Amino acid sequence: MTERRSRLLMIGMIALFVYFLLPLFWLFVASTKTTGDLFSSFGLWFSKDFSLLSNIRQTVTYDGGVYARWMLNTVFYSVVSAGGAAFLCALGGYGFAKYRFRGNGAMFALVLGSIMVPTTALAIPTYLLFSKVGLVNSPWAIILPSLVSPFGLYLMRIYAQDAIPDGIIEAARIDGASEFRIFFQVALRMLSPGLVTVLLFTLVATWNNYFLPLIMLNNPKLYPVTVGLAAWSSQSVGGGGSTGALLSSVVTGSLLSVIPLIAAFLLLQRYWQSGLSAGGVKG
Amino acid sequence: MSRLASSRPRRGVDPAASGYLFVAPFMLVFAAMLVLPLAYAAYLSLFQDRLIGGTVFAGLDNYVTALHDDRLLQGVLRVAKFFAFQVPIMLAISLLAALAIDSGLLRFAKAFRLGIFLPYAVPSVVATLMWGYLYGPDFGPVAQLADKLGLAAPKFLSGGWMLGSMANIVTWEFTGYNMIILYAALRAVPHELYEAAAVDGASAWRTAWSIKIPAIRPAILLCVIFSVIGSFQLFAEPNLLQRLAPSVIDSGYTPNLYAYTLAFTGQQVNYAAAVSFLLGAVIVVASYTVLFVTSRRSNR
Repeated sequence: MTERRSRLLMIGMIALFVYFLLPLFWLFVASTKTTGDLFSSFGLWFSKDFSLLSNIRQTVTYDGGVYARWMLNTVFYSVVSAGGAAFLCALGGYGFAKYRFRGNGAMFALVLGSIMVPTTALAIPTYLLFSKVGLVNSPWAIILPSLVSPFGLYLMRIYAQDAIPDGIIEAARIDGASEFRIFFQVALRMLSPGLVTVLLFTLVATWNNYFLPLIMLNNPKLYPVTVGLAAWSSQSVGGGGSTGALLSSVVTGSLLSVIPLIAAFLLLQRYWQSGLSAGGVKG
Repeated sequence: MSRLASSRPRRGVDPAASGYLFVAPFMLVFAAMLVLPLAYAAYLSLFQDRLIGGTVFAGLDNYVTALHDDRLLQGVLRVAKFFAFQVPIMLAISLLAALAIDSGLLRFAKAFRLGIFLPYAVPSVVATLMWGYLYGPDFGPVAQLADKLGLAAPKFLSGGWMLGSMANIVTWEFTGYNMIILYAALRAVPHELYEAAAVDGASAWRTAWSIKIPAIRPAILLCVIFSVIGSFQLFAEPNLLQRLAPSVIDSGYTPNLYAYTLAFTGQQVNYAAAVSFLLGAVIVVASYTVLFVTSRRSNR
């Protein structure tokens, strides 16, 4: 009886596994094909010619190597935003968790309430504001709005509360350490699983962002890879002489753009999974 | 330690004052990047750009217009419908997968967990482009298979299918993320609870239903709230699919797409600000409604 049940469970999970990974497998297979083969061979298996390398070469050299530029932009925007956001959240979360001051509860409630404010509803007003002060069409237009992560602050506060015993802070104070030295030399290390979690999730949010850069930037040299690929794909749908070549660049470019984040999640899984559990418990 | 060499214990300094210094950087950026744009949107939404007279104060006229704007209302209804069928399906799959992985009855649980989660690392732009090709009649595998078998392939990008096709993309993207949150919550449920149930002879299914699911209610609620926010601000998916099916997806397909079109194609900045502000308000109200309804139910 249980034998059959667990076999059923296994089959169900394999079905899910296939559903979630098959499109990525398709993307890989499609990246190994010439445009002609994309149309003429079956999508879920390789064709005779293995043209992954020539597709990659074509993708990164097209239009003066603009794809490489987009990838670098994406890396730059997301690393700076995520680093900044995680740092602000760690400082703030620690402050809210470990200090009693007037307005602590009210300010935290304000931030908590804002978790529900959708970032895309903010994007248009932010754009209008930035165009007043000349910040649009610059990297700051992407980075500054991405520095705020109310959910990250919430997570760090919970994490700080549980992970840093008050006694350690007291002991360091008696030793004469300044408050900031206590934070940087004692607390930050204890916060690291939570910090990696916030870092990784804000990294994904900026890496995958489309709406904000789409409205903020009109110089293709500043595009992140999401906006760049979308522009290429609409050119390839729109038709024109080089449509065919561009189509396989969109496919190969898509594949290349997902590799870094997948690698980051695989390499850092020990950290983000333990960090998330803190948020999940008290959610 | 170098206790003597370092600074003396500073009894005069009140640690509470340092609390402000710790939260100040976050709160400053929060004020500049969240509160200020919201306030600015609220301010802009009270003006109108008129052909004669330029920008003039219009009070709540933009909101009155918005509430009678059929395209906006249809967009809101469409995402509400999307939410009503996509989110239950997605969260049910997430919950079942999380329970299965947590049950201890499954081999290769770690591989399943990672595999299901991976699509979260794929940008919605890439996910939509990819599924757009998979749905497509030219070289989509479904169309190819149907062609081989001599059947008519479903027209995934036609009017009747579009919302479902989009729901599939969103489900593909976010099931794993929700599963991870739920799984993390399940891991934190005290084990004594299940052991007692196992001693009493409860089946795995029974334990899941009566102990595990109630224990992770807060995490489930968190997933629901995030899904409300996500559904109501759908943008990348309709924006990209619009290029494949311009006759199906008009510029008012989702409220967010509509606000974007108003601001950047129609140059109706003030009206776009009103729509953005209203959309934000709808989402906040919807989230709190979900919170309220579920917490009332649990108190019963």
